[in-house]
Amino acid sequence: MARGIKDRVAIVGMGCSRFGERWNDDAEALMVEAFDECIADAGIDVSRIDAAWLGVGFEAQNIGPSGIPLATALRLPDIGVTKVENYCATGTDSFRGAVYAVASGAADIALAMGVEKLKDTGYGGLPARSRGLNFDMYGVTGSAPGNFAQIAAPYRAKHGVSRDDLKRAMAHVSVKSHANGARNPKAHLRKAIDIETVLNAPMIAEPLGLFDCCGVSDGAACAIVTTPEIARELGRTDPVLVKSIQLVTSNGWELQHGGGWDGTYFHTTRKAAARAYAEAGVTDPREEIDLLEVHDCFSITELVTMEDLFISKEGQAWKDILDGFYDADGHTPCQIDGGLKCFGHPIGASGLRMIYENYLQLQGRAGERQRADGPKLALSHNLGGAPIQNVSAITIVGLEGA
Amino acid sequence: MSDFGVLSCGVYLPRRRLDRTAIYGANRWFAPGLKGLARGHRAVANWDEDAVTMAVEAARACLDGRDRAAVEGLTLASVTHPFADRANAGIVKEALNLSDGIAALDAGGSMRAATSALRDALEGSRMRLCIGSDLRKARPASEAELVQGDGAAAILVGRGAPIARLVASHSVTVDFVDHFRASGESFDYQWESRWVREEGHLAILADAVQALLTEAKVAAGDIDHAVLPIAAGGTVKAIARKLGLKDGAVLDTLSAEIGDTGTGHPLLLLTRALERASPGERILVTGFGQGADVLLFEATEAIADHRPQRTVAACVEDGVADDNYMRFLFHRGLIDLERGIRAELDQKQPGTTLYRKRTAVLGLVGSRCSVTGTVQFPPSAISVDPNGRKQGTQEDYPLADRTARIVSYTADALGYSPDPPTYYGTLDFDGGGRLVTEFAEVGPDDVEVGRAMRMVFRIKAEDEQRHFTKYFWKAVPLNEGDA
Repeated sequence: MARGIKDRVAIVGMGCSRFGERWNDDAEALMVEAFDECIADAGIDVSRIDAAWLGVGFEAQNIGPSGIPLATALRLPDIGVTKVENYCATGTDSFRGAVYAVASGAADIALAMGVEKLKDTGYGGLPARSRGLNFDMYGVTGSAPGNFAQIAAPYRAKHGVSRDDLKRAMAHVSVKSHANGARNPKAHLRKAIDIETVLNAPMIAEPLGLFDCCGVSDGAACAIVTTPEIARELGRTDPVLVKSIQLVTSNGWELQHGGGWDGTYFHTTRKAAARAYAEAGVTDPREEIDLLEVHDCFSITELVTMEDLFISKEGQAWKDILDGFYDADGHTPCQIDGGLKCFGHPIGASGLRMIYENYLQLQGRAGERQRADGPKLALSHNLGGAPIQNVSAITIVGLEGA
Repeated sequence: MSDFGVLSCGVYLPRRRLDRTAIYGANRWFAPGLKGLARGHRAVANWDEDAVTMAVEAARACLDGRDRAAVEGLTLASVTHPFADRANAGIVKEALNLSDGIAALDAGGSMRAATSALRDALEGSRMRLCIGSDLRKARPASEAELVQGDGAAAILVGRGAPIARLVASHSVTVDFVDHFRASGESFDYQWESRWVREEGHLAILADAVQALLTEAKVAAGDIDHAVLPIAAGGTVKAIARKLGLKDGAVLDTLSAEIGDTGTGHPLLLLTRALERASPGERILVTGFGQGADVLLFEATEAIADHRPQRTVAACVEDGVADDNYMRFLFHRGLIDLERGIRAELDQKQPGTTLYRKRTAVLGLVGSRCSVTGTVQFPPSAISVDPNGRKQGTQEDYPLADRTARIVSYTADALGYSPDPPTYYGTLDFDGGGRLVTEFAEVGPDDVEVGRAMRMVFRIKAEDEQRHFTKYFWKAVPLNEGDA
């Protein structure tokens, strides 16, 4: 394995727009809103940015192709802007581009932006779209809930979990995230709910009901990264450092290899997690990781991801969840900002939004929802695609020495 | 004795059987005169079926256990071919994974297209598959809506061990316009039924049968099984009387159970006759439409061993009663429901990609690595097997007739489907290979991890802008006794 980039890149500025149904704002306004916070946080002039990455998931349905929309919105100083699209893992991949540019020495200071303007598409969920000319002839263009719902039945069958137990654990995931989102002023959904509401909601894709699904939102989030040396020059005495970034893309094994993947977990997440822990020097994630931001597009996704990140034992996450292990006041909070479920899910921005929350928490700047026990190491997990074919991206950030 | 004749047969009937009282009940205010027809059920195809898909399923039943490489020709008779200019028989050929080196023809233009095709095949010398298949569209509150049904039947003709031989045939052609439909139009125009009965069935058809019997020197009373595919039971009885057919010789037309399935109906009833016939028995088959075809068969000794996997009776029985007339109207395009934004997805099908992938898409042909034995769908340059990275080693591996088991599934109420919710999931084939596809004809109790499924050829989507039908394979529950 490559030696990795642990502690070679620091985050000096981050920004995140308010997420939600931003009827009066276009993608440009959202990017400017996030960037204003970010550049003020970094305390630098725009002219110091050497390179930028722009992540957008549904480019054809909103801002259009290329890096030009970012360069134009922010009037960037004649630098290279790379457009990134990697399903819902787009935000983290945008961050990865900027971080790698700094780690390689190609750039001193780089910008990663993620943005999505979904509420101009007219869809209640994600827009239906082609997945390529070959796939469209024999693949199923199901909805996102339909694709993710399919983890539930094989998981139940393999681990002997009853329909009711699994549904209740899934419901706890959503109840917890709603409670967290209620304390986040930038969150899309800010209303606490009870478990009965979740259990009795209309079915979207069996067994996922309405409250097992995250909202889709408009929003933008961004990060300015640099070397630890420049971070200190900028006055950062205890900078947030990148410990690891790992991204794994399905190669068709889950989709095509009969009898291989059993449908109960995310193959890519397990691979990415193992590599991310190795890169960051984490040996006991259940005890060492202080905070989790994961890709809770659906409650069942968060549930099995707790196992794929090796925090809960295989087949046991549903018990940890019901025990409150991942609650805001639990052992390891998951989605302390409300997660995709309630902060919202503007596709291209989500990976950066997760890092934004971890960045705030590590610095003790998360306001009302700040975790009191001084978190030092935080993980974000950003997933795109469907369980059977996806992109999984993990970022671990932490304080010096963590 | 000739070794040329009918080798096998197969039928397909869609699963739903619409209750005619539901049709009548909705239209009674407008057309109370339909009451007399408001009895029994008619077979109705699902939204993802058409004359081509039903033809494929009938042909698969007909070819069950046979070497498909031996088939030299295929005729698809229909008055409802989905394509006016694209060989519909060619789509069936691809779905059946038949050799490229065969002749294929669409026959149509008349309700006797299938009997004409069958006669031509029987008077030829090659192994030919003759299929009759129709999904007819009738105006709401018409007699046709109640009388018709959807379905298909296939007869394989050729050299081998025939179960029946053609003894004689006779055709007449006269421009008798009992009903018509101009090119590009959706609905038939029907002339008065009493005239059709008196001058058509009892004159043209009965006379044609009499001419054949005279020519073949066979007495009407020596016919053991007679196929008179006419929906009106009274007319059938009158013809039998006029000709002097013996009691019980005329096959029930299944009007009460499935309706008149169109061009394929004579073949469907011939299939039923062949299931009942004993060696040496005579079977009379007729087709009517701008004249008539009359075919006289004699069952061979081999008929004694004719044990079809699924009988016509089993197909008739294997239906589910349906009283959802609104759904039927919607699936036939007779009412326009608000389908929502998710139905707007552009379904454009490039000709290049379909041609390139035709065996995978239309034939469900996967591949098997000649070194590791790994089966996969679709085929690719480099094998999917992570333990045996092999390039250029894959050989064709048909999956359509293999049993598959559910790995995962869902019932999706969000994505657009004409028959919501959409069931789909991941399947592993017995013998290797994996496929994510839609499930057809299922409800909540039909899906569970490990459940056995079989593949069926269906419509995947319609390109409504350019009017192109996209086909692929879906999974239905495997029931005991299924092929």
